Parts: sequence; structure tokens; C-alpha cells
Amino acid sequence: MSTAVTKGLTPVRQVVSNGVPVIVQETAFSPAVTINLVFRAGSLYEPSDRTGLAWFTGRVIDRGTTTRSAEAIAETLDDRGVVLKLTVNRHVVTLSCTCLSEDFPELLALLADIVRNPVFPDAEIEKRRAETVTAIKQDEDNPGIRASEALQALLYGDDHPYGRPAKGRIETVERFVRSDLTAQHAARVTPATLFAVIAGDIRSADAIAYVDRAFAGWRATASGDRTVPPVPRAVARRQVVIAMPDKPQADIAYGFTSINRLDPAYYSHWMMNTILGQFGLGGRLAENIRERQGMAYYAFSSFDPSLGPGPLVVRAGVDPKNVERAIAAIDVEVGTLGRDGATEREVQETRRFLIGSIPRLLETNQSIATFLQTVEFFDLGLDYDRRLPGLLEAVTRDEVNAAAAAVLDPARATVAVAGPAVAGAEP
Amino acid sequence: MAVPETLAHSPVRTFHLDNGLRILVKELHTAPLVSVWCWYRVGSGDEAPGRTGVSHWVEHMNFKGTAHIPRDEMKSIVERFGGAWNGYTWIDQTTYLETAGSDALDTLLFIEAERMAYGLYEPDDCESERTVIISELQGGDNDPDQLLDTEVTASAFRAHPYRHPTIGWIDDLRSMTRDDLVGHYKRHYVPGNATLVVVGAVDTDDVVKRAEAHFGRIAPSAPPSRDRPAEPQQIGERRVLVEREGTTAYLKCAWHAPDVNDTDFYPMLVLDAALTGAKGLNIWTSFRGAPPQRTARLYTALVERGLASVVSGSLLPTSQPFLYNVSLTATDGVPLAALEDAALAEIERVRKHGLTEPEVARAKRQLRARLVFENDSVTNVAHQLGYFETVAGAGYFDTIGSRVQAVTAAQVADVASRRLAADKRTVGWFRPVRSGA
Repeated sequence: MSTAVTKGLTPVRQVVSNGVPVIVQETAFSPAVTINLVFRAGSLYEPSDRTGLAWFTGRVIDRGTTTRSAEAIAETLDDRGVVLKLTVNRHVVTLSCTCLSEDFPELLALLADIVRNPVFPDAEIEKRRAETVTAIKQDEDNPGIRASEALQALLYGDDHPYGRPAKGRIETVERFVRSDLTAQHAARVTPATLFAVIAGDIRSADAIAYVDRAFAGWRATASGDRTVPPVPRAVARRQVVIAMPDKPQADIAYGFTSINRLDPAYYSHWMMNTILGQFGLGGRLAENIRERQGMAYYAFSSFDPSLGPGPLVVRAGVDPKNVERAIAAIDVEVGTLGRDGATEREVQETRRFLIGSIPRLLETNQSIATFLQTVEFFDLGLDYDRRLPGLLEAVTRDEVNAAAAAVLDPARATVAVAGPAVAGAEP
Repeated sequence: MAVPETLAHSPVRTFHLDNGLRILVKELHTAPLVSVWCWYRVGSGDEAPGRTGVSHWVEHMNFKGTAHIPRDEMKSIVERFGGAWNGYTWIDQTTYLETAGSDALDTLLFIEAERMAYGLYEPDDCESERTVIISELQGGDNDPDQLLDTEVTASAFRAHPYRHPTIGWIDDLRSMTRDDLVGHYKRHYVPGNATLVVVGAVDTDDVVKRAEAHFGRIAPSAPPSRDRPAEPQQIGERRVLVEREGTTAYLKCAWHAPDVNDTDFYPMLVLDAALTGAKGLNIWTSFRGAPPQRTARLYTALVERGLASVVSGSLLPTSQPFLYNVSLTATDGVPLAALEDAALAEIERVRKHGLTEPEVARAKRQLRARLVFENDSVTNVAHQLGYFETVAGAGYFDTIGSRVQAVTAAQVADVASRRLAADKRTVGWFRPVRSGA
């Protein structure tokens, strides 16, 4: 089995009796299994006046079912050293855990019970509400998060699901009542929005049979399907400053909207972003801002396309007196790559790096499960890991340069700075 | 209860070169990858007053070019093999790693040999790195929890150099000279003070032959002695209050912890698992996610009662006694005094009555599972081998599972009662104030 992973993934995909697709990759390097249950139930699907509801539903869903108390769930998890991780992003809610192989049947049964029969006890709602309010306040004290959230709001608008903070706002979280959570669960946490990914030391036929049994008879349908609203492209430069007077360091978030994940130009954009702000310590950005100018410990860019046009975001943390110098350096690197494109050597090195990284991305059960989750969500095909090198090989330098020209233009950049007062940095 | 077979359980072979370099090799043919780590027995615990932060700064300089690798190449040479690289410095150790396709083995060994003996330390690069490191420090100080951690650690120690942060005090970072950096590098980066660890799809004899070719040319030199002042016994509670602009209150309690070779270490590890959930022992990966803790004593006493939104504990393997930390985030609106009272009351209960047998059994099961989960990649296995070889001693890593299993409830009760006493603790508060207050 290990050689199968060495040569590429060999996942099995089967739709079980109630329509839920299950994708299983057998591995044999560790007596453990990772389970990801993925629901198309992220913040895109929450009512627009209930910002944070998807996230908050995820905080309470695992705190009691019709047959298990919160304490009983806690004991099942803790007795086996298992952490149930519930993540909520714009599109999906994921329940993920890694357990010893011997504990797989029990853990899968627990997860199925949690998603099928949650009761959302009032006392648990109040406890998790207080935690969520505290977490939102912690975010308000974090310059990196403040700058990033302000950038998202400017790029997408406050009303767009990509522009709102996932955790919601204190005023919305304080208003949630139990019926909001049960309604969100009924609408989106259903077999119709679910797929399961399993990777680990288990036979795929066994894993599929367990999933079939765990979800047998669950036939609810989903409601409230939505598409990602259109995103207006910035036509001019925008800048916002968030004053955080006592912080030693300022955070910069600088970005653009770009393309969606299924756009054929995805691979050229991926390579372009790697050249700008990933390769080595942080691409051209880190070479300039960290290596040549010594201004920042981190300077990089990230690119996060999904069903809608994802953002390309440059981040740097700098001494408050260097904010303008750092933004000028970002402008130079963004402008140069957008205007003049990449060198042939950069394109070749980046291609080799991305292709060469694939075995590293598929080394652990958790990373394999994450990879297959992306494959299923975007319907990329079970042989995607073996097709990916060819897709990257096919990208030409002209295509990388076209991607850079399409996205990178300082005159249309949106900039958010959070930190101590910065003279002359007003919008 | 047996520890399950894992990646960690294929044999490790140990070799020594004539110049004193120790080499550990473990063949794992589960993925076409190799992870190479070079460990140095030097960290911020080996620094003198006035030169704090020098170990970490030297680590940064060792990514800035060598006699045979130009600076511009240093950070992209591994990427050509699809690899990832990094390094870190802590109180006992400094380490560098690359994980890449196994065809990169020779290049990775070449890089580490260059780093050991042929660093450039160009004056301009030393200078530009000064502001990078100050930026790293200030970015950390943006986080009130980290700021409080620095203050609590400094208060808990009077004499031992574990008291200063690994990144250094800012005045030392401002006054550090190139001579300080080069002197530290030449003294500590010698073959006899290092362990090379190679794990992955390799042939052991081939690794040793290549390591000999790359490292054998480096002259031997006596490893520096580790003279650290002893920490005097703490005789009364210490307290520190930090007030800064912020939105959230934080509480930290720190007690002097056993070192990794102290017989108290594993009972204390089980105690921490029962109080805050088992983290495992891999500081490279285990602290990146929450532990299983919904039934843990401090979680049920503080989070489930609405007093804290987050609770975490930290007991790390160190070569000399460091700290056991409990960190709490106060739920919005909860006064720090109320949170502290409840936390210390629960600690007192455990000191007086110990843990139940089921609690001890659960904590041990959690640690057993964590040992499996944290050894799931060549990178993680190589980290663990090198870490324990450097801070604990030869052959230590393979004994961890049985040491956990041997812990008894009586031992846990004993360490709780002796080690979590009020006069041995340091309590830190971060109290947020409004801007301009």
C-alpha cells in the first residue's frame, strides 16, 4: 500500500445508499485514520442578516445529540486522544478528526450522530456565545487580522459573503437564538450537501460499509442553495488605516480580486503568485522587503481562489515608521511583475518547485484527506495528483505574464494598514 | 498496553565521524522523500547577559550564503527539488532542516556541511538582519499573550539563562556586533557539538558515505562546555502585572518543571494531560492544534463554567529544569481575580487529592495516541530523533512510549503536591486598558 502512495494516489470513490459520495485512500505508514466530513454549508449559505451563523452553528453542533450529552461526546473523544476539529469557511463546514485505526468505527458513528441529531442545548449556546464574543474581541486586538478583514471588506464589500468576517460580529452573535441554529442545520447540514473523505490504515471496502451504515436512512434535502455574487473589480487605488496606537508593529494587507478556482488560467495564476510572494522565503516580495531592505520578518503573498473570484493578498509586518517604505516596495514588485512579467528562469524554477512538492503534499493521512477534499469539491478527478504535473508543465511564460498583467496593477490596489498612528498614511 | 507500531519504529542506526559528528539514519520507504536535519547543542540558554538573542541571530545568518553557496542561491536551492526548508532556535538547541525528494540527498548534506563551517557573515547582511529580527520581536509583542509569557518567564527565573526570551532583549539586539555573531558561530558550530539526522527513502550506507564526503573535511574542535548558573530554589510566590491597550485579559501560572531526564518528568506529563489535555511531545507540530481536552480538569472547571474561553498547558522536554505553564484567556467580562481563584482552587484540589485512576488511564491513552499521530511523516520522525538526542541523550526517543505507560497515579499525585505548590509559582496577569489610559 505504501508503494501505491509513492507512485501516486489510488483513491476509491463510491456513492453510498443515501447518496453521499465517499472517497477513501488506503495508506499503511501509521496505524491511524483521518476522517473529513464536508458539508457545503459555509458562510455563503447563511442569511445575510445573520453574519457568523454558519461559524456559530459549528461551535455548538458537537455539544449534544438526542442520545448523547455533551459530556458523553467529550468522553468518547478524550478517551481516544481524538480532537474533533470543526472548521467553517466561506463554502464548507468540515468535521475532521484523526484517530487510531482501532477506534475508527466508534469515531465515525459519533460524527454521524453529531451531524444527524444535534440538539443545540441552550446552556451550550450561551457558553459558546461567550467564547465566540471573546474570540471576536481578540481578533479586534490583532493588527494582522484587522488589516486582513478590512482588506476583504474593501475588496468584496460588506454585504458579500467573501467580505464579511467568518466569525460574524458581536452584535449578530449576541442575537442568535436556538431556532437560528436548528434552521441553519436543517437547511444545509444534510446528505445532499455532504461528502466524506477517509485516508489511513483501513480497507476502503470496510470504510465505505461503515459510512453506508452510519448514514443509512438519512434522507433530508438541502435548501437555500446560492451562487457567489459577482464581484466588482477595483477601478482605482483605495487605502484604509486602522489606528491601534499601542501596538509595536504595523500590519499591511494589500490585494486584488482575481479568478475562481475552475478558471483555466488557475495554473498560470498559481505560478505567478509563487514568483511574487512564495518561492524561497517569500518570492520577489521577501527578497526586496526582508532580504535587501531588512524591513520585515514576513513579507509574502497568498492566492485563494474558490467558487468565486478569490483574493491575491500581499502581507507584511513592519515597524510603524516603515509603513510607507514597505508599501512603496510592494508597489515596485507588484508593478514590475505586472508590467514586465517573470524571467524564464523564474518560470522554470517555480514549475520544478511546484511539481516537486507534490509528494510532500501527499505524505500524511491528513494532507491526503485535505487534497482529496479539494479534488471532490471542485470535481477535479481521482487521478488529479497524477495529472497535476502535466497541467503545470503546460503553462507557458506568456501565460504567467498574462496572469500577472491581469491582476497586478498598483493603481488598482486596495491597501489596509493596522497599527500605531502613521504620519502621512491617511487614505 | 503496547504502543502501536508506527513510522517511528523502524531501526535507527548511529554513526560517528572522526571529527566527532554524530549521524542518525532511519530508512523509511513510505514516500519518495528524505528529511535532513542538523542539530546543534546551543540555544538561548547558553547566552551571556548583554548578548541575548545571539543564537537565534546566528541561525538567521546561516541562511545568508556560504563559501560555496552564494547568498541568492541559499534560499532557492532546496526548492529545485520541490523541497521545504526551515530552522529554529530554542533554549537548548538550534536546528536546520530540509525535506525534499530523496534524489536531493547529496545536495541537502552539502548545504548542511556548508552551514556548519563556511558561513559568510557579510557585514551588510549582519546589519540588515538586525532590523528583520527586531521586526520579528515586535510582531510577537503585538500579541498580549506572548508579551505576558516573556514577562512571566523572566520573573520565574533569577539566575538561570532560561529567563530571557530566545529572540533576545531588544537592547542586546541593537548593540550586537558582527564579531559577537561570528564568535558564537565558530565556538558552537563544530562537528562534536552537532547531530545530523537523515530519515526517509535512502540507503543507510549511501548516507554515511555521502555524509563522510561532505562533513569529513571539517576539522574537529572541542565542543564548548555548557556552564549555566543554577537557579536558586524559589521561596515565595512571584507576581507580574502587564497593563496595555487591548480587548482581552490573560492569566498565566508557571511552576518550575522537571527536566527531561528527571524521574518527575513523565508523571508531570500525565498530570498536564489530565489538567489541560495531551499535547504529545513534538514541539515542531503538536502545539499547532488544540489537544483533546473536553474532559480535562481545568477545561471543565474553567471553560465549561464560562470563566475562560481558552485553556492550555505546556510542559516541554528540556535539558535543564524549565517551566510548566498554564495559560488562560478570560471570557469577556470575567475579572482576572475570579479566574485565578477558580484555576488555583482546582490545582489545589489536585494537589490534595491527586487524580482518579480513570483520569490517569485516560491521560496515558491520549499520550499513546498522540505519539502515533505526531510521527506521521519523515519530517516529524526526524525532528523527534534529533530533538531527543540533543536535549535528552543518545537512544532516548525509542523509550518514550514505555516511560509514559509506566506512570502511576501515586507518582502523579506526588508531583502535583510537590511541584505545584503556591510558593513555587509565578502568576502573570495581562489586564487590557483602553487606548491612552
